[in-house]
Amino acid sequence: MKNRLKVLRAERDWSQADLAERLEVSRQSINAIETGKYDPSLPLAFRIAALFDMPIESIFSAD
Amino acid sequence: MAGIKNPAARRYTLRLFVLMAAYVLLLIFSKWMFRHGYGEGAVAYALAVLPALPIIGVFWAVMRLLVEQNDEYLRMLLVRQCLFATGFALAITTIREWLQNFDMIPPGDGGFGAAFLWFVGLGLGALFNRLTMGDAGWGGGCR
Repeated sequence: MKNRLKVLRAERDWSQADLAERLEVSRQSINAIETGKYDPSLPLAFRIAALFDMPIESIFSAD
Repeated sequence: MAGIKNPAARRYTLRLFVLMAAYVLLLIFSKWMFRHGYGEGAVAYALAVLPALPIIGVFWAVMRLLVEQNDEYLRMLLVRQCLFATGFALAITTIREWLQNFDMIPPGDGGFGAAFLWFVGLGLGALFNRLTMGDAGWGGGCR
């Protein structure tokens, strides 16, 4: 699964630690999601979408 | 321990310290009791089992960490680590058992039992995570 997390984060000038704090997850989680090593669960994907105020499919897409 | 931000990891570390301290104390106590002739009858069984209890406690602590870790990525890393450890311990003990079945090596485990192998496996599991995922597992700096 691909995602635009890194781009969206950069647009807001947030560090991985900033985003991790907002989502209440570890910085390792953000890094793993951004680099495609880990696909978040549906609840976490919803939280990410809510944080960026965007639909999930605008952030995540199939390979 | 103050540097560990993740609450589940902090609780795990505290539990581990307490259980390891209990292990050392109970081991010394049991050995002392046997050496001074108190290890007889049913008491001997109880004394022999005493040091095993904190080791079982460490298994419990690791499983509690799995339950209490609310960061799904770190939990996934720990699951992989535990599976690696279980596979490693089972593989080594099975090989050892069959070597013993054919009298290739002497009976017994030389003090390196299943628990020891599982803990070694946890360490190797962290290395496996590091090599394949880029993260060893729960880190002191994580939330």
